[in-house]
Amino acid sequence: MTQRSIACLDGNEAAARIAHRLSEVIAIYPITPASPMGEWADAWSARGQTNLWGGVPEVVEMQSEAGAAGVLHGALLGGALATSFTASQGLLLMLPNLFKIAGELHPFVLHVAARAIATHALSIFGDHSDVMAARGTGMAMLCAASVQEAHDFALVAHAATLRSRVPFLHFFDGFRTSHELARIELLDDADLCALVDDATILAHRARRLTPDAPTLRGTAQNPDVFFQAREACNPFHDAVPGHVGDCFAALAARTGRRYGLVDYHGAPDAERVLVLMGSGAGSARECVDALVARGERVGLAVVRLFRPFPSAALLAAIPATTRAITVLDRCKEPGSAGEPLHQDVVTAFAEAAAARPMPRIVGGRYGLASKEFTPAMAKAVLDALAAPAPRNRFTIGIRDDVGHTSLPYDPAFRTETAAGCALFYGLGSDGSVGAAKSSASILVAETPLHAQGYFVYDSKKSGAVTLSQLRFRSEPIRATHQIEFAEFVGVHHFDLLARQGVLERAAPGARVLLNAPHPPGEVWDALPREAQDAVLEKRLEVWTIDADRVAREVGMRGRINTVMQPCFFALSQVLPRERALAAIRASIEKTYAKRGPAVVARNLAAVDRALGELHRVVVPEIATATERRRAPVPADAPDFVQRVTAALLAGQGDLLPVSALPPDGCFPTATARYEKRALAHEIPIWDPALCIDCGKCAMVCPHAAIRMKVFPEASRPAAPADFLAKPFRSREIDAHLLTIQVAPDDCTGCGVCVDVCPAKSKSEVKHKAIDMAPAPEHRDRERARFDAFLAIPALDPALLDPGTVKNVQTREPLFEFSGACAGCGETPYLKLLSQLFGDHLVIANATGCSSIYGGNLPTTPWTTDAHGRGPAWANSLFEDDAEFGLGLLLAQDRQREEARRLLTAIAPQLPNALVQTILDEEGRDDAALARQRERVAALARALAGRSDPESQRLLSVAGALVRKTVWIVGGDGWAYDIGFPGLDHVLASGRDVNVLVLDTQVYSNTGGQASKATPRGAVAKFAAGGKAAPRKDLGLAASAYGHVYVAQVAIGADDAHTLKALREADAWPGPSLVIAYSTCIAHGIDMTRSMTHQRDAVRSGFWPLWRHHPGVGPHRHPFHLDSRKPDLPVRAFAEQEARFAMALRADPERADALLALAQADADERWRHYEQLAGVERNLVEASVLPDAAAPAEEAE
Amino acid sequence: MAELGTRYLGLTLRTPLVASSSPLTGTLDGLRRLEDAGAAAVVLPSLFEEELASESLAVHHALEAGTGVFAEALDYLPDRESYAVGPDAHLELVHVAKRSLAIPVIASLNGTTRGGWIEHAHLLETAGADAIELNLYQVAADPAHDAAAIESREIELVEALRAQARVPLAVKLSPFYTALAHFAQRLVAAGAGGLVLFNRFYQPDLDLETLEVAPQLTLSRSEESRLALRWIAILRRRVAASLAATSGVHSADDALKLLLAGADATMLASALLQRGPARIGEIERDLARWLEAREYESVEQLKGSVSQAAVPDPESFERANYLRTLRSWSRDRGH
Repeated sequence: MTQRSIACLDGNEAAARIAHRLSEVIAIYPITPASPMGEWADAWSARGQTNLWGGVPEVVEMQSEAGAAGVLHGALLGGALATSFTASQGLLLMLPNLFKIAGELHPFVLHVAARAIATHALSIFGDHSDVMAARGTGMAMLCAASVQEAHDFALVAHAATLRSRVPFLHFFDGFRTSHELARIELLDDADLCALVDDATILAHRARRLTPDAPTLRGTAQNPDVFFQAREACNPFHDAVPGHVGDCFAALAARTGRRYGLVDYHGAPDAERVLVLMGSGAGSARECVDALVARGERVGLAVVRLFRPFPSAALLAAIPATTRAITVLDRCKEPGSAGEPLHQDVVTAFAEAAAARPMPRIVGGRYGLASKEFTPAMAKAVLDALAAPAPRNRFTIGIRDDVGHTSLPYDPAFRTETAAGCALFYGLGSDGSVGAAKSSASILVAETPLHAQGYFVYDSKKSGAVTLSQLRFRSEPIRATHQIEFAEFVGVHHFDLLARQGVLERAAPGARVLLNAPHPPGEVWDALPREAQDAVLEKRLEVWTIDADRVAREVGMRGRINTVMQPCFFALSQVLPRERALAAIRASIEKTYAKRGPAVVARNLAAVDRALGELHRVVVPEIATATERRRAPVPADAPDFVQRVTAALLAGQGDLLPVSALPPDGCFPTATARYEKRALAHEIPIWDPALCIDCGKCAMVCPHAAIRMKVFPEASRPAAPADFLAKPFRSREIDAHLLTIQVAPDDCTGCGVCVDVCPAKSKSEVKHKAIDMAPAPEHRDRERARFDAFLAIPALDPALLDPGTVKNVQTREPLFEFSGACAGCGETPYLKLLSQLFGDHLVIANATGCSSIYGGNLPTTPWTTDAHGRGPAWANSLFEDDAEFGLGLLLAQDRQREEARRLLTAIAPQLPNALVQTILDEEGRDDAALARQRERVAALARALAGRSDPESQRLLSVAGALVRKTVWIVGGDGWAYDIGFPGLDHVLASGRDVNVLVLDTQVYSNTGGQASKATPRGAVAKFAAGGKAAPRKDLGLAASAYGHVYVAQVAIGADDAHTLKALREADAWPGPSLVIAYSTCIAHGIDMTRSMTHQRDAVRSGFWPLWRHHPGVGPHRHPFHLDSRKPDLPVRAFAEQEARFAMALRADPERADALLALAQADADERWRHYEQLAGVERNLVEASVLPDAAAPAEEAE
Repeated sequence: MAELGTRYLGLTLRTPLVASSSPLTGTLDGLRRLEDAGAAAVVLPSLFEEELASESLAVHHALEAGTGVFAEALDYLPDRESYAVGPDAHLELVHVAKRSLAIPVIASLNGTTRGGWIEHAHLLETAGADAIELNLYQVAADPAHDAAAIESREIELVEALRAQARVPLAVKLSPFYTALAHFAQRLVAAGAGGLVLFNRFYQPDLDLETLEVAPQLTLSRSEESRLALRWIAILRRRVAASLAATSGVHSADDALKLLLAGADATMLASALLQRGPARIGEIERDLARWLEAREYESVEQLKGSVSQAAVPDPESFERANYLRTLRSWSRDRGH
């Protein structure tokens, strides 16, 4: 055995490193948590890294996993070595082709970071529900339980598929393995060569589809032979366990790492055995070791090969002394006789019953969506097996007070001490995660220690709390559960102490490192009472550093990683101090050298400064604090928020019982308002003397945190006395006041409002009608003002025409305080939608950023008005949003028709005038809707006393008589790529749906992969050198239908145009498509200037504003080119955005050429649009002539 | 035919017409066109240490923004193998310019830190620069910094660079020194082989629409060479260093005046940007014609012949404006 390289990698990289070296074609589509595998492969190919045979694998990103699977099938049939990476819904979309690939016996490996499938809710986290859905495809399934195994089994899968011709699904647990950093031994090319038999590759190539030796694949077969042909593959499948065994043996011979098809660990004379597969094996083994050491006769069987199911290996692995077995499945199959692994184990033993006594076998579920699985839980499972009649089909790790399935467990049972365990709590993009990753790498590189890094994130995109967990010790680390007690706790943001119990996991005597904005002598007094109590009770050793100040002083504002990291090493003493510092410096040089000497120098300066700024906090004998940790939600929050949401916010969601959760995924809206995060360092402060009532600040605020209200003078709040208001300038109403108010605890401090404010002081231009000011100085006063603001009744929307930005911003936003990124370019559109149509709005939301900040627990920004009405929101999937929205519309239309039918039928028994006006004057505008609502309420009152079935039925659908508007919302990844066929079909249908595409020109939610909306020259993942092809003109394609209203808008360039387009789209009785340019953190811009970028995008002709407003009649010009002729070169716009500028810095020649083409694109597009503006086009079908829209169109 | 050659910074130039730092000298193509058109030497665009640092930090911030926050998107931009954020691209230009051109290649440098100045000067020299022009550009806006301290720092820097560099060093100056002659002398004593007069800066402008400050660089006009003309004439026999005039050289007349005042070389940028590299050839022809028409033997003969030390009324270079006013007043009064 040769000395192999050691590395600190996560499971995704470990698997991808093998897959890339053993493939020629890699077809992928991004999906969490598998995306990094494809990204690694793309990055390696982009830099010319070759496979084992000297070629550079071609990585191609497709429009969906279904598309990727089609490419893979073709590539395989063409004789290429192909691979892919996916998870969850992506795997489901690949299923049809996986059946095909397996049915045709193509050697192929699909690497899966196993993840939950969306059911009652989406979850990005790990379990086996996706791979279990693929178990009927005919693919072999090999399960890795650790990062090292993900590396090793990737090779075994690639080697065994070539030997067996049966395709392999190689999977490991999403996040727990895919994102865990671990010390592993790398396989070198010689290892790969040793296992991969060249003859098998030649044989694969020889079978390829070629006209040189023509064959026919994909026949259609009749009942006479299909069955026989289907059985013909049996010998290949039967041989798989043997091939896998051979590969395991060859691997063991080279590396010393021995794996079996099923591995047993524990007492050789075990009576009770736990069977499972995947990462849970790590913590289960820790438990078994501990119990065996106590003399208990227990064991653990870990299934490696799941398909073909290795019954013989299982029977051989489990000691004959075994009396009882628990099989744990990391998935749920409602209605089944047992979850899949459970059933397979039962079958294996049942079939062997003649040869050996049948043990008692029970099954249970654990770990769904990365629910923790700890040694304590494993112990509870094994303990329960000792009972005379062990519980079957139980759950472990939750408290099920509804179905009573759960086993109790004792969390006090632990298999590790706090030694070698460190926790780091970070906030936002402060570098905490990067620092912990770097520390793990340093420990692996500098010491023989084993190290493990695991990272937990919350679901916010702004101000997210991160928890980095580091284990390091001399013996191998098997634990695959989170650190329960640590000897070191880093709190990288002082305010977290007031928000969460960040010291709860500090072990007695642990060292605590605080990043505090206070002098060392004042730190103790600044701690909340709970933290002081924890320090005293557990005798914690507290250290402090003002890392933000140090970072700021060395010119790395906001990035405290290289300040905190040396402090960790100094306090943990895991390495001698000087050696640790040298290693950190070397790591900085290595990591940042390519970014330039200034970056290296500043980070080194941070390291040099750090230890001199580190101070021990003198801890007094008694707690002195009077301030306590903030309650997660205010006392006046509704019951559900108090019971459920509060627990989620406090990080106590794991403790909620089953009964606390809705069984069908149906949650209340209006919850974000109770989550007061107080993230902003600076908040906007209004100066009424300068304000010109334009409403632009409120219009662009991504978080609805700066608000505008107009109210009669009489409604001016009496308190606080300094509540600000000014006379409202309006031609429509007089004697009204205007106020602009910040929500001080909900503002993220992005500054977009101040950037767009046009009202500058005449004597000092830097002073505007709103200025950013330090939040700590203003928060209390603004809180009082905001409370008063909220108490002011909303203005009757009928009083002000919502056709102007100013007027529409006086309306209450029903989308507020989302967890979107600070400065998000998408959310202002959604907020505007809610202001225009919120009380009758139904939203179908494609999976993506908008579904995460819109619907990821714990809270939702979608909210209600004073009448309890507001947007009704639902997410189905990523790919089906248009169809899903159409379904919602069809249901709505059916109910409306049914209501009208019933109303007509029982009209004689109701007031005649009421019925007629309801039927005839449904209306579309706010005033008409309000009148109709009143009429329908009168109808409901009239029906209330009637018990006949028709009245009851009418009552159930009467609400549909008030118009609802369906908006289908999604990103460009959905609209341009994965959801395009559905979108196209729905637009073609002519139905009255409205589509809002929040176009960030990239897959934002999964980290910036290229979509077909990505413009030419922009850098994105899978277009690392700058995208070569121009973006698809989705709007123009849709307008080709003729009957589709289309608008391309950019709120930061022309807010009035956006407003007009949304209103016209809603008014158009056919399908409408509004494509909204959305600035995004993935563009690499200063998000404070988000709206300025939009302005330049339009000025340069990069994103012209236009509308296609169909209509009937001669000489109509439906195409309106609404922006001015470009007066800025595309390059001048592009150079301000890192997505373009990075290409200029990485490969200037190529970037220059692409930007020249991008300019030509813009020029040609403009020329084309100018011609379109002159084109006459008449809508042939009068049936979709808009009643409301036609006059508006005529007026133009 | 008059001999047009001149010596500047110890370099032998075919003519006194040098292409000053501009976008034209920033590409090999531009440099070749300038050489073909007759430029006697080229000054490459400045290597700005501050710009390199800000590029480097911009790349870093773009790559780090939003990272490690959200489980589905741990980063947003693909990281590349390398970025053109260091001096490499600039050094490569020096290198290929030196390899491709027969005329001297003068590199230009603007530093912010002492270490940066010294390191980058060394890199430019190693890349093949025949001389280095030190672009001592700063707006001394901080009231806490007095002139003496600023000047001393600059002198020390030149001394340090001189101690290390093997190639000649020129110092490009701004006109905003209280005692320019004195400072010039100190610079030369510190090791400056030449002085380049004067730097033109980006000047702030105000946008009346947005009330924002919009920095602009406008092209020079001929009149702007007068300031250099005065100081070159004054310094000609006072400092033992080469003198180059830059800013406002648009025609042979402009060049001739500066040479007469004492310039060893005249540097052109705006004229070439406006009228193309070929303009330098036209100016050379006009220059030669002027010399021949007046039977000058060489540029060397001409240089400094109307410098302050060479004119009968030396004070005319010092109080010209006042004197002219008096004279015109006298003429009007018929005295």
